[in-house]
Amino acid sequence: MASLRTQFEVPGKMKTWSYALIGIGLVALVYGMITKGFSSDEHEQVHFWGTLMYNSIFWTLICNASMFFISVTTLAQAGFTQTFRRIPEAISTLVPIFGIITFAVLMYIVFSHNHHIYHWLDAEAVAADPILKGKSGFLNPTFFVIWTTLTIALWSFLGWRIRKLNNEADEAAMNNETGAKFILRGTVRAAMFTAWFGLTVGSTIPWLWMMSIDAHWYSTMYSWYTFVSSFVAGMSLVALWVIYLKNKGYLELTSQEHLHDIGKFMFAFSIFWTYLWFSQYMLIWYANIPEETIYFKHRVQGPYKGIFFFNLIVNFLCPLLILMKRSAKRNYTLVTFMAVLIIFGHWVDFYQMVMGSLSKEHVTLGWLDFGILIFFVGMMIMFVSKALASKPLIAKHHPYLKESIIHQV
Amino acid sequence: MAKKKFVVGCFDDEAALFPAVKKVRTAGYKIHDVYTPFAVHGLDHALGLRETSLHTAGFIYGITGTSTALSCISWIFTKDWPLNIGGKPHFALPAWIPIMFELTVLFAAVGMVLTFLYICQLGPFVKKHHFHARATDDLFVMVIECTDKTNVDDLRGFLSSNGAIETDCQIAEEGWWIGKYDNDDMPFENKQIVVA
Repeated sequence: MASLRTQFEVPGKMKTWSYALIGIGLVALVYGMITKGFSSDEHEQVHFWGTLMYNSIFWTLICNASMFFISVTTLAQAGFTQTFRRIPEAISTLVPIFGIITFAVLMYIVFSHNHHIYHWLDAEAVAADPILKGKSGFLNPTFFVIWTTLTIALWSFLGWRIRKLNNEADEAAMNNETGAKFILRGTVRAAMFTAWFGLTVGSTIPWLWMMSIDAHWYSTMYSWYTFVSSFVAGMSLVALWVIYLKNKGYLELTSQEHLHDIGKFMFAFSIFWTYLWFSQYMLIWYANIPEETIYFKHRVQGPYKGIFFFNLIVNFLCPLLILMKRSAKRNYTLVTFMAVLIIFGHWVDFYQMVMGSLSKEHVTLGWLDFGILIFFVGMMIMFVSKALASKPLIAKHHPYLKESIIHQV
Repeated sequence: MAKKKFVVGCFDDEAALFPAVKKVRTAGYKIHDVYTPFAVHGLDHALGLRETSLHTAGFIYGITGTSTALSCISWIFTKDWPLNIGGKPHFALPAWIPIMFELTVLFAAVGMVLTFLYICQLGPFVKKHHFHARATDDLFVMVIECTDKTNVDDLRGFLSSNGAIETDCQIAEEGWWIGKYDNDDMPFENKQIVVA
């Protein structure tokens, strides 16, 4: 093991790039905030805060998906992740950072009573509206603030505990007994994270943060849909970092076999995303009840038509046809291409989920969206590379490490 | 079916099997097959088997299922017997997708199972020669196909020196056949045909 390059050093070029991206993003962000965010025109305000909101939610969720990936593979006693586990760990260190950004944006929207974004913030409208009145036990500012705070704090805390435990595998060799204990402790912590993840990303959080924009409309599929969208993009992000580090000569123990498994996650969850996309769409199309079809009206027949179907091509047809073959999932170039495509596709998906409801008349996709996207990409590169450099790339005493090294698909 | 002459070497350890497979192949012998009690990782690479085309077949079956469903339903609902169902258009694609999906899965699953059985030469009433009864229990059985020039004694010695605990030479059907095991091929008696 002594010959392995387990210590990642952030290349100067990468630092420069991440600072440049953050710089460009900040310029767009600040310019957008001055011209739109604090303008007196409510459309401009909604445009800016909505754009900032879906970007920050998207990036928080896909970074959190990394920790979910670690947790479920721990619960399943999967060994294959060990040679590259530090990568999802490093990505998940972003949850508190992006979480705070998301928190700030959401709190600004709630406390400035921006009822053009969250209609249920308008107390008078709620009092006069039997549907919103019925939902007011769930959709009210107090619950929103408490639940959002709890969610982001616990994602960060439970994830931090899992990462902290895995540091022990760096230090001392384990025998059968201490190894079994270590695995058990990891399983308990992973179970706690997964349970909380299910209560938040799996159900309440997408309802609160995004679905409540259409305060009258509801879909029980919505949270699953959001979760899968973020999970498949999160796996793509892991794949990108694995391939980047392989290219730089790190991760000698990670091979095509591991990439194949990550590729399978990308493929399978793209199909699962489509399954939920279609289930949500078809039931509403079939029942044809006006208060339900209103969500799809401007998406399928209105200005968002192009984006809506572009979404289906990029997030379903491309992964289905390109990633289907075994050799494609083992090909570094193809997986890189597909990972970028999937992340972009699901970013567009989040765009139409939020902005499709906020700006029904015209598509707002433009410099502001890409500027804020660049800001988050730069932040992601900077913090993930820092987190990777802060620890060895392989927890060399982990009991499952050998299983991962000899992993074969 | 053609009967052929085979030299059979039995190994009791997969650790001995891998180097033996490598040496037998390097020596230029043609390995007919290796029978193992469980799936051995990496043995297909060691044997130099090409990757299976089963998944390609599966894709074709799946596509066939999708197009069968789509063409069938669209003909029925738009040409043959158009019905007004809840004011929906006759060409109601979203409603058909579940059926297209089901037929894709059905065709792919059934087609792949049948193809798999054909490739592996398995099926009801189908018989195959068993080179060693313990191949299904605890022995790794390597079967080498002989040519006119193969010196059986040399080969058996070669196998023994590479860790085979038991070797023999059999004349047997190489493929499958439908019917009964005839007397010469009773698997569990494991008659050994000694060729001088």
